[in-house]
Amino acid sequence: MSPRDLLRPYAAAFVSRFMQMLQYRTAALAGFATQCWWGGIKVMVFAAFYGGSAVAGAASPMSLAQAISYTWLAQGLLVLLPWLGDPEVAQAVRTGAVAYDRLRPVDAYALWFARSAGWIAARLLPRVALMAAFSAVALPLAGLGEWAWQPPANAVAGMAFLLSVGLALLLSTAMVMLLNVAATAALNERGISAVATPVVIVFSGNLLPLALLPDVWQTALLVQPLAGLFDLPARLYFGQLGGWHALGGLGLQCFWIAVLVALGRVAMGRTMRSLQVQGG
Amino acid sequence: MPHILVDRLLKSYRISERGPGVMGALRGLVQRRQRTVQALSGVSFSLERGELLGFIGPNGAGKSTTIKILSGILRPDGGRVEIDGRDPFADRERHVARIGVVFGQRTQLWWDLPVGDGFDLLRDIYRVDPQRYRRTRDELVALLHLERVLGQPVRQLSLGQRMRAEIAAALLHEPDILFLDEPTIGLDAPSKLAVRDFVRRANRERGTTVLLTTHDMHDIEALAQRVIVIGHGRVLADSPVEALRAQVMAERRLVVDFAQDAALPRQVPGATVHARDGQTLVLDFDPAVTSAPALIARIAAEHAVEDIRLEGLAIEAVIARFYAMHGAAEA
Repeated sequence: MSPRDLLRPYAAAFVSRFMQMLQYRTAALAGFATQCWWGGIKVMVFAAFYGGSAVAGAASPMSLAQAISYTWLAQGLLVLLPWLGDPEVAQAVRTGAVAYDRLRPVDAYALWFARSAGWIAARLLPRVALMAAFSAVALPLAGLGEWAWQPPANAVAGMAFLLSVGLALLLSTAMVMLLNVAATAALNERGISAVATPVVIVFSGNLLPLALLPDVWQTALLVQPLAGLFDLPARLYFGQLGGWHALGGLGLQCFWIAVLVALGRVAMGRTMRSLQVQGG
Repeated sequence: MPHILVDRLLKSYRISERGPGVMGALRGLVQRRQRTVQALSGVSFSLERGELLGFIGPNGAGKSTTIKILSGILRPDGGRVEIDGRDPFADRERHVARIGVVFGQRTQLWWDLPVGDGFDLLRDIYRVDPQRYRRTRDELVALLHLERVLGQPVRQLSLGQRMRAEIAAALLHEPDILFLDEPTIGLDAPSKLAVRDFVRRANRERGTTVLLTTHDMHDIEALAQRVIVIGHGRVLADSPVEALRAQVMAERRLVVDFAQDAALPRQVPGATVHARDGQTLVLDFDPAVTSAPALIARIAAEHAVEDIRLEGLAIEAVIARFYAMHGAAEA
């Protein structure tokens, strides 16, 4: 089989899910509006924090302008956070349509992975574009340049950031796959989501840059898998990780992707052996 | 070595239970009860290439479970399945490339996609050569009269249209074996005929091995050469359709309307009383033992009779009796 033929089913699954999700324009706009609102609040909190504390300016690992950009970035990339399994998988499990997924002559994990990646990517791109239009273009035009989303530190940092966001997408998909498998095994993923959500928001750095958390935790915070979802790409964006450190950051993301994919495959194999197909 | 070999297949499910109401729910928080249901307890049969086998049995008998195991979706707890020498579960990817499956109660097409786009997606998932795909698809579209629905999203199709589209979807990769799990469920008469006609053609002209489950005995009569009756996870009968029919169709039914004030006989020699309703008596008899003319003549001679109707026992009734005979009706 040629490599092109080998990848054909997965590419088709990705594209089809991507196109399907792009249809949901209202959801994208609503998500964008909410994210602007929360982004605005977070920006004001940062401004108050930086303005009120004499120490913050000097000792903080981040300037106010960076913290503001960080916030817009975090809001734009919010859907990278894996707090929910792919609803299509959960639906298929509930209705028993999962039986048809088992009938495809392809790697079952890779098929769901491609589909979930398409699901995430299709929600990510419109939201990032809208967020950039709002906070990087509209705000400066409105004379609010100091509240705007600033460009990356330099061209290399920008490239490293894009690469890192791509890896974050794969990392996020690998985590969503664990939720998918859990949904398949337990037939109800909402319980897991409820526990996972706060953990993910804090440890991905989405709530606050991890650099602002206590110093003694820094190493642990940086190497845990959730940092690769947002904190690492953001550090690359601001040029806080340069040279070998940047490569190290990307390598860390790859490491966690490999570990979580391996974990997901084992878990899925086990789950499928005891799969129960509902109904009929 | 048979094409499909099923040997003493076992499968059980665990079912969680809790008592009804609030108390049941509260108790369920502390103590989970589980019950094991034996879906298959030793199903065995074999099938040669090109056969068309009908699978019947009451709800919950294990028909769908057998199909799911044969198609590699479920792993049996015990026993052996080999299809062309392959274990469907262990060798799933290679096995499913050669089979097509339709579950009448579910859809494999994408709800929001037009039918044609769904077909294209299956082409890529099954890695079908584009030229070959176009030929197969056009042929299926013509045979199943799908020209007008190709551009419609699946959610807007009628059940009959959808089922025809489902069958086409299961055959786009030209499988050697076709598993149909209740393909005619809920269909109107023309759609049923179209589906039957198509399945017969696929079997005769292309030599596709077909295994179908159904509750519609007319499907079996119209299609299958051989029929397996399954109940309580066991094979109750495995015989050619003619043999089953001869066995069960033997029964005839005579409906006799007696005159207004005539006394109804308590018993009729050579027949059993099935029901009595007012002045009407329903009698079952075996034509091999008592001939219909003789029975009618005897009744007419001894009683004042207004009308007599002779009915073949509906095959549904026969099957219901067959299930009851084997204690197979669903609990």
